[in-house]
Amino acid sequence: MGISDMKSLCNGNTLGWGALILAFALVPALMTSQYQLNVACNVLIWALFATSFNMLWGVTGMLSFGQALYYGVGGYAIGLTVTYLGSQWYFAAFAAGLLFTLVLSFLLGLLVIRVGGVYYTMLTLAFGQLAWQIMFKMYDFTGGDDGLQGITLPGLLADKVYYYYFVMILVLVAVWVLKRMAYSPFGLILRGVRQNPNRVRFLGRRVRRNQLRIYVVASLFATVAGALMAGVDGSVHTDMFFWTTSGEVILMSVLGGISHFFGPFCGAVVIILIEDIVGAHTEYWSLLIGSIIMVMVIGFPRGLVGGALDVAAKVRAILQGEKHDDTTLTAGLGK
Amino acid sequence: MDFSFLLTQMVSGLTLATLLFLVASGLTLIFGVGNVFNFAHGSFYMLGAYLGYQVVTVWSLNFWFALLFAALGAGVFGALIECLVLRRIYGRANEGGFQILLTYCLILIIDDLVKLVWGAEYKSISRPAGFSGSLTVGDIAIPSYNLLIIAIGLVVVVASWWILNRTRPGKIARAAAVDREMLGALGINVPLTMTVVFGIATALGGLTGALAAPLRTVTPGAGIEVIIDSMIVVVMGGMGNFWGAWLGALLLGEVNAFAVAFVPEWATLFSFLVMVVVLIFKPEGLFAPRTTRKV
Amino acid sequence: MTPLLQLDSVNKAFGGLKVTQHLSFSVFPGEIAAIIGPNGAGKTTLFNQITGHLLPDSGRILFKGEDLVGLTTQAIVKKGLGRAFQVASIFPEETVLDNIRLAALANLDHTRRFWRPSAEHRQATEAAVAILASLGLEEQGGRLAFELSHGDQKLLDIGIALALQPTLLLLDEPTAGMSPEERQRTRRLIGEIRGEYDLTLVFIEHDMDMVFDIAHTVRVLQQGALLAEGSPAEIQSNEEVVKAYLGEEL
Ligand SMILES: Nc1ncnc2c1ncn2[C@@H]1O[C@H](COP(=O)(O)OP(=O)(O)OP(=O)(O)O)[C@@H](O)[C@H]1O
Ligand SMILES: [Mg+2]
Repeated sequence: MGISDMKSLCNGNTLGWGALILAFALVPALMTSQYQLNVACNVLIWALFATSFNMLWGVTGMLSFGQALYYGVGGYAIGLTVTYLGSQWYFAAFAAGLLFTLVLSFLLGLLVIRVGGVYYTMLTLAFGQLAWQIMFKMYDFTGGDDGLQGITLPGLLADKVYYYYFVMILVLVAVWVLKRMAYSPFGLILRGVRQNPNRVRFLGRRVRRNQLRIYVVASLFATVAGALMAGVDGSVHTDMFFWTTSGEVILMSVLGGISHFFGPFCGAVVIILIEDIVGAHTEYWSLLIGSIIMVMVIGFPRGLVGGALDVAAKVRAILQGEKHDDTTLTAGLGK
Repeated sequence: MDFSFLLTQMVSGLTLATLLFLVASGLTLIFGVGNVFNFAHGSFYMLGAYLGYQVVTVWSLNFWFALLFAALGAGVFGALIECLVLRRIYGRANEGGFQILLTYCLILIIDDLVKLVWGAEYKSISRPAGFSGSLTVGDIAIPSYNLLIIAIGLVVVVASWWILNRTRPGKIARAAAVDREMLGALGINVPLTMTVVFGIATALGGLTGALAAPLRTVTPGAGIEVIIDSMIVVVMGGMGNFWGAWLGALLLGEVNAFAVAFVPEWATLFSFLVMVVVLIFKPEGLFAPRTTRKV
Repeated sequence: MTPLLQLDSVNKAFGGLKVTQHLSFSVFPGEIAAIIGPNGAGKTTLFNQITGHLLPDSGRILFKGEDLVGLTTQAIVKKGLGRAFQVASIFPEETVLDNIRLAALANLDHTRRFWRPSAEHRQATEAAVAILASLGLEEQGGRLAFELSHGDQKLLDIGIALALQPTLLLLDEPTAGMSPEERQRTRRLIGEIRGEYDLTLVFIEHDMDMVFDIAHTVRVLQQGALLAEGSPAEIQSNEEVVKAYLGEEL
């Protein structure tokens, strides 16, 4: 079979998505313990969180250090509702969390987008930490530092394997939606906002309006991730709001590569797996990951996916010889 | 509510303001001169606090030596980081984000190193001899250590103003803020300037950490609180504006001191409230220079 | 005939530096108007005021009879005013085709669409391909914009402006930094696209051959003020201009 056949398969994305779905669908069959199922859930949820975050940073150029806020909202929407009202309200809580994030991210977005660059980053951080402090101090309601335990899920979801598939389907659908968005006209203008905001104004488009839109969208998906996380261990903790949680998705994105849609996804998989293996042996995990990312940023700024693609491109070049690749205009019109 | 209470709170607000300003001015300096945002600036503050603890509590040495040691230690470490790490990404596309990222990694690393060396428990150091009591005038008692901090703060402010405006290195630093290439063309060693500026600013951070240590407990993770507060100060003051930062610090310090007195549980909320109000009405900061219209 | 663009006593100063002084002139539909003047004469600053980037201190800027002063860039662009920049203003990490396609999508008001891939938006893509063809960039469509030569980047900038279907196009030194061959090509292209897209053109240029070759009218700016105005022939024989400006070159 020729390389072009493979290429057409890849172009249609069918192969990639098929492999992805298959890999995650087989986890419950291949796993040897409950714990591994938990890890797989973690991988999926963080992958969604990181992917949604990268719509802000890698795509639009807005480095937010406060996405933990919306992740936490998701977790506590489920946690508080189920704890105080019972698990029959689970889906209502999911919707309520999204609605809350919609309003909150819109209002906060109006505020933080007024300032650009590092100010934006620091303000998102400040608001994230503010939310963390509020959750931390409202001990009677939120359980403060103890968090909320014993969150039970309704019906079939109470079963770990069913819940895993629930997570898997939601995450993969969400990632698919985000991918459509990234390659749509909306995604294109977001990339434009990152590369040349002044030109975007000269296209008759409003920069801040588009930044606000993606801020709200990314926050909604972070909320989905947080809400899913509440069901994994049946508990939520104020750490979900803490700034290191926001930092974690940044590290995942950089490790995977922020200029590729699936970079953050891959970064999340790698970090969760390493954390799972190494974290058991050392409490100085941040020291390790901090050093690794520092080296990555200096030496391999394109991340794992970027590096892999470079290698793939070289291999392809060798396989094809010096053959000229004339996919210029047709590539654009194509499909 | 009587006068002595008011005065005590004001002094404690002023103390906090001084500490905030010392950190914020270092942040402003690095940003203004080098166009680098040092997210880890608070970690140098924390490092200074631990170095102070090491000298005073572990080695049982003089407090004044601790201040010097903290400033030197943080400054040398800062200068090293600048020339070994940060320098490598200058000029890269999307540099701002990668600066934050690198300095974020630095926070993670310093936090863990501190835990590795000094453990995760809270530490405290005692006030220096002669500054453990209060200054009493009538029925008003003001902790003399607070006054010391305010005094040192004033000295540092005046000294930095003098250095920046009246000395050759200061003028070079200010010129670097405006046009780095031009300076290079004039035969000035720009990379060295950057390293030195970074070293001085982080030394200022370390000094502040040691200075604050007798008032606030020393913990790993203190860095992030400090950086958020100083960022609020800097945003309120209008970025890169020395006097703006000073007034921002004053505002935040006083608001905080009075909030702590009346609603201790929710004191931190007030800092944010002030910032939000400022941002809504004057997003460019209280004292930002008037610029041309941005569309 | 009513003017398409009419400047009415526009003033602007940066502190003590007067960059635009009592500037009044009109550009009529179909005209190719050149603006010349030494470096720092305030030519780019004038464009910045027309496109809402800078606010004039006083005066009116009428476009199709409406005052543009105080409007945002977005609003001005939507009224049909396009601009290419002195330093090419492009989206460097996108393909050449995507650069123009984005502008075409913006023009169609399709940039809120978030589902179908932008490559599948036929109308915008066809518009973009047509523009690439008229600029002679069709071979480059798949390359990333930053990989283009300097001259092609400037053409791409014009292409982005064209995709917005402007009635008036402002070009800021379209041939700056180009090789002589590229200049020739650009000069020809500008003439072609003007006919093809039914444009009125105002361009700033230092290349006098180009100015006297294609412009219908020429305005000479010096220190923000209008030194002379007229047909290329009139300007060439204007003594003041020859003394103040061309004198340096002769
Ligand atoms: N935002 C600004 N603030 C202060 N001065 C400015 C600003 N923009 C431009 N100037 C000054 O205004 C004057 C006119 O600048 P402008 O860019 O319009 O010149 P120009 O005619 O386009 O020159 P060139 O042919 O070199 O492009 C210059 O002296 C410039 O330094
Ligand atoms: Mg110019």
